[in-house]
Amino acid sequence: MEYLREHPDRVWELTVEHVQVVAVSVGIAILLGVPLGILVTRWRRLEGPVIGAAGMLYTVPSLALFGILIPYTGLGRDTVIVALVLYSLLAIVRNTVAGLDGILPATLDAARGVGMGGGQRLVMVELPLALPVILAGIRLATVAAVGIATIAAAVGVDGLGRLIFDGMRRLDTDRIVAGALVASVLALAADWGLARLGDLLRRDLRRSVGRG
Amino acid sequence: MIALEHVSKAFPGRGPEVRAVDDVSIAVGAGELVVLIGPSGSGKTTTMRMINRLETPTEGRITVNGRDVRDLNEVDLRRGIGYVIQQGGLFPHFTVADNVAVVPRLLGWSRQKRRARAHELLALVGLPPERFADRYPRQLSGGQQQRVGVARALAADPPIVLMDEPFGAVDPITRKGLQKELRRIQAEVQKTIVFVTHDIAEAFLLGDRIVLMADGRVVQDATPADLLRNPADPFVTAFIGEDRGLRGLQFTTLEELAEPAPGAATPGAMVLSGALSILDAGRELGRHGANGRHGTANGFWVADAGGNPTGYVSFQRFAATLGETVGASDADPGSADGGHGGVPA
Ligand SMILES: Nc1ncnc2c1ncn2[C@@H]1O[C@H](COP(=O)(O)OP(=O)(O)O)[C@@H](O)[C@H]1O
Ligand SMILES: [Mg+2]
Repeated sequence: MEYLREHPDRVWELTVEHVQVVAVSVGIAILLGVPLGILVTRWRRLEGPVIGAAGMLYTVPSLALFGILIPYTGLGRDTVIVALVLYSLLAIVRNTVAGLDGILPATLDAARGVGMGGGQRLVMVELPLALPVILAGIRLATVAAVGIATIAAAVGVDGLGRLIFDGMRRLDTDRIVAGALVASVLALAADWGLARLGDLLRRDLRRSVGRG
Repeated sequence: MIALEHVSKAFPGRGPEVRAVDDVSIAVGAGELVVLIGPSGSGKTTTMRMINRLETPTEGRITVNGRDVRDLNEVDLRRGIGYVIQQGGLFPHFTVADNVAVVPRLLGWSRQKRRARAHELLALVGLPPERFADRYPRQLSGGQQQRVGVARALAADPPIVLMDEPFGAVDPITRKGLQKELRRIQAEVQKTIVFVTHDIAEAFLLGDRIVLMADGRVVQDATPADLLRNPADPFVTAFIGEDRGLRGLQFTTLEELAEPAPGAATPGAMVLSGALSILDAGRELGRHGANGRHGTANGFWVADAGGNPTGYVSFQRFAATLGETVGASDADPGSADGGHGGVPA
């Protein structure tokens, strides 16, 4: 706690860096993962390979993944972001597929029956109804990314991991505790915040999608 | 208006394919209400879904207004055909009003016009819009949801409406009201309707024609009166007679139904005892029909205890009664309106 009190500016700086890396990574993972999930439900043959590959990536230890990526993306943010995107894909793709699969066949049938085209079905019916499940996947990915991003310090990227790594090098428990504590709070905040966002978005989408 | 010509539909199954619909030919004229009826799994839903291309026939041809549906844009085709889906199929994230107005919205109506239309239709199906318009489907009972489904199908005023067991979950009293409402709409604006049910009373009440299906085939395609006069085979008789909904008819006798005889019974005409219940009379007619046919007769005479013909029942009246009595036991007899004849007191 000592460190937190004495260097609030430094801790804030590192927290902002941390949040940025996580936000950019999860953002990219959403842009890739949701369409990939939709694709899988349209073209079922993709399911095995896509989910399998994402699952396999998920099991690679993060330090090893950084090591594998460094020759291509160098020491720095790019490596961390690529790694975090790859880790996040599994939860997002899997939940997108689960969310779309969970829609009642009668509802999809009605969407076709009233004369919605493919794009209209997706935007007016499928995505809004799958949204709660997709968002749960995004939450899961975000919380995991907050934790994994602490290891970014190993490849020279600033973030809360910097405090932990420095603390370990200097045998300064206070720094380690500060880094870990703020990272935990950040993960909890992201979890809570995304849950709230989910509630709001759902109510909002309901309104705008229904009324058009 | 709608014509199915030698249409078959096979679903690939584990093992042998399932022939859900097998060489079915049905013609539905403009303004006609044709009922598809038959046991569960007889292919009614599949037959209906091929008309708006939700299923593709494996064989045969379907035309709407003379044009092969395969040549039409499927989205445009469906927007022009109202469809009441069997399980309701409302959009759970749309309000009731937005559900009803979905086709008008796809057609680009203004928001104001959509809302007005949705309210109008909700009132029509007996859901006061001020109470129901802004609710979500999960806040409605199964029967209320079905009524929203009916309103949705009618919203854009399509000339053709497909209704798949639209009143299955509605309570009997409301159902009766909706059936009358449908008949009124039908008489007024002459929609072409294909109506699926497994309720024989409903079929007799609503159908200009009844198409009885079994195992994917058409067993008989006839007017309600003809179905009674000339049942094609024992299956038809059994299906008409064994329906649970008709049990109530064992308490009404032919004597009560008969009208004053138009004259003496013609030689060879059918004479039934006035003490027979309507239900038993239906069976009797079926038996005659199955091995003799009633040929060109339009009805039968009703005899008193001494065997003297004292009254007459036309097949049309008999058929209407089968439909009306079951559905109308709660309604006042005076309100028997148009179409299929009167209700017995
Ligand atoms: N999508 C499908 N895939 C496989 N079999 C189906 C499908 N839809 C219907 N069937 C089968 O086709 C037959 C007719 O079904 P359906 O048309 O729903 O009958 P009904 O509406 O008269 O109850 C049934 O045996 C049913 O199991
Ligand atoms: Mg069915």
